[in-house]
Order: sequence, then structure tokens, then C-alpha cells
Amino acid sequence: MKVKVWGCRGSLPSPGPENYRFGGNTSCFEVTHGDACIILDSGSGIQRLGRYLSTELKEIHILLTHLHIDHMMGLGFFLPLYNPDVTVHIWGPSASCESLINRLRRYFSPPLFPIRFNELPKHPVIHELNNEEFSIGEVMIQSEYICHPGPTLGYRLMTERSVVAYIPDHELQLGSCNFPNDPEWTSGFEIAKSADILFHDGSYTDREYFAKTGWGHCSVQDAIAFAELCKVKKLQLIHHEPTRTDVEIDEMLETACLERESDIEVRMCAEGDEFELD
Amino acid sequence: MPAQPLELILARQFGDSLSMPFFLVDPEGNLLFYNEAAEGILGLRFTDTGGMRVEEWATMFRPADLDGNPMPPEDLPLVRTLNTRQPAHGSFSIDNVKGERVVITVTSFPLEGRPNRYLGAIAMFWKSES
Repeated sequence: MKVKVWGCRGSLPSPGPENYRFGGNTSCFEVTHGDACIILDSGSGIQRLGRYLSTELKEIHILLTHLHIDHMMGLGFFLPLYNPDVTVHIWGPSASCESLINRLRRYFSPPLFPIRFNELPKHPVIHELNNEEFSIGEVMIQSEYICHPGPTLGYRLMTERSVVAYIPDHELQLGSCNFPNDPEWTSGFEIAKSADILFHDGSYTDREYFAKTGWGHCSVQDAIAFAELCKVKKLQLIHHEPTRTDVEIDEMLETACLERESDIEVRMCAEGDEFELD
Repeated sequence: MPAQPLELILARQFGDSLSMPFFLVDPEGNLLFYNEAAEGILGLRFTDTGGMRVEEWATMFRPADLDGNPMPPEDLPLVRTLNTRQPAHGSFSIDNVKGERVVITVTSFPLEGRPNRYLGAIAMFWKSES
């Protein structure tokens, strides 16, 4: 599996010279394996990804973790949606009452967006998910609800040789009893356990989290503790706060690593990073 | 052991934070958790019991109706909820582990997660005056 990062900023696109290295686009990760093209979330990063995808591709799968705007704001600007020769599948979380297609239509309609789904040359194929397993090409995928406001899924992508876990928005302290000591009672454990690489929320410092409890995110320190609990090999921290500069993001990790020694390779993820796993 | 579904994790977290007795079971009735306030009534710490099957917790406290007649497990509100997936309510007595007879009033309700996944049930109960 190959993973390329097209956006790892949280909440709001944040272009600017002070954010040059980690990038300003919101969540979008491209995963390729064999013929499968899987895109994790359609934040603003998907606009640029759409321009670089092979014109040979006839089928693209977009897996939405949830429908907060930073994870789907780029969808309307994804060029393959306007190509009648390409089938775009959109997978996302089931809610209690309203269908996924109806919830997506709220964005794909005026006044938020001028074009409706039924005006696209080819209507995307919509798939609702809850806690389940399915395949795209040779990639096995496990989805599971995780702790974040509104229906939100984490994804685990598995091939014969590697496992990628993706949990961009996750509040560990609320989604866990006795954190970080009890895997059975920790949100996201089944998604992340023993992954080769975990892309995980690392929005806050410990001090910031204290003032933002219940907002659906976690601190860098909690993310590292979760990665250790799950025994992942590498942790890439994502969902950088829009106000955080490159220098501040570096400092966050330095501080967290000083406070907590870890055997796991921990990095702040940057837009443009690429990972080859097989 | 596989991790529990998010809804049960959050339910346990919620129950743990309450000062009113709280009892959480999975769809088969296996006990997953009870909180400190429930420990006070049952006379038994959760850390000492751990999980229990429905056959165990529904009988070990010797439930009896308010006239003192033994109650079969299927008449207990939480077991009714497990069998019907409907809320249930009732008052009865139990013999706690300290040997005290305690009258409790129980309200139980099913847990259903998105989208219509049956995940278990919660019983909340109160020590009755009578």
C-alpha cells in the first residue's frame, strides 16, 4: 500500500508562508494498492489530488470518516465527479435517522454549493457504513464508530503485508474508561491495533485539551499513549490546528516527546508526505 | 478480548460518572459493568466480580417480589428488557452480599446504536423506602 498526504490540517484550510511545511489543506489521504484508488476524506486537499490522478482511472472510492465540513469541503471541486467515464463511490457513516445521501445533499445544494448531485454527469454511488468489513480491490477495510461528535468512523485498511489505520478526529479521554490502560474499553482500539502506521488526531497540547473537553479531539500526549496501547509501529499526528504554525507544530512534538518517552516512531504529518508500506 | 462498541464504552463512562446505581449488560445479558453506587446496594465491588452471565446475576441476589415470593429471572425488569428489547420497570427485594434485604426499584431500557444495532441494556435502580 502507498499513502500520500494531500491535506492534514484540521478544521479550516490554512494557507500561508508560516504553514508552508505542514501545509494548509484539510484532511485528504490517497491510498493506492494494485488497481484500487481509495481516498480518505474529501477535505480541501482533494481538489489538488483530483488534478493529479491518472486519467486511466475509471473507479475511485472516497471513504468519509464523518461529515464535518473540513472533511468534505473539497468534494464539489473533485474533478473526477465531473467526468462521466469515472465512477466515484462515496462511503460514509450511517446516522440514526437521515440517510447518508440526504446528509451529503445538504452540502451539494444551494446556498452552500451551486451544483446538485443529480446535475453531475454521473451520480456517485453511495454506501452507508457502520461497524463492518468490506473490500475494495485487494484492500480489506474495517470501519468502526469512534468517539467524536456526530456519526464518525475510523478506518483500518489491510493488505496481506500491511495495515494502515486512519482516525483523524478522535477524543480519547471521553471514549475510554481508565485511559490508557484498557484496550477493551478504548474507542478506536480495533481500528488501530498493531497497525504499521496510524494517522491520528493530535490537535492539542495537554493544557489546551483541558479547555476543549467534549470538542471531539485529543492531545498529542493522548495520541501517543493510544498508539502505545495499540502497539502500532509508527504514529503520524494529523488534524493540526489552523492557527498553528510550522514552528509551533515542531515545538508541540518536541515538548510531548520530552514529557513522554516512547518506543514508537512519532512524527507530525505534513502535506506531501508519502509512505510506502508493502 | 475484542474492544467493545463505542456506544457501550460511552455508556460505561457515563454510568461510572453517576452517583445513582447503574448496571450495564451486553445483548446476551452478560454483565459488563456496574458503578460504585450499585456496589453500595449489591454489597459487592465490580472489580471483585468482573463479568457475570445473566444466569448468575439474576439469581445470586435472590430477588423476591414485595410479598416475599421468589422471582424467576425472566420477571426481573432487566431480563424483560433483554427478552423484549423494550423498557421495563419494577420494584422487588434482593438479598445483598452483606446479608441485608433491600427493596429496589429498577428501570431498564435497551441500547440501540446507529443504525439500529442492538447492543445491550442498562438498568438504573434506586433503593426504595418500603
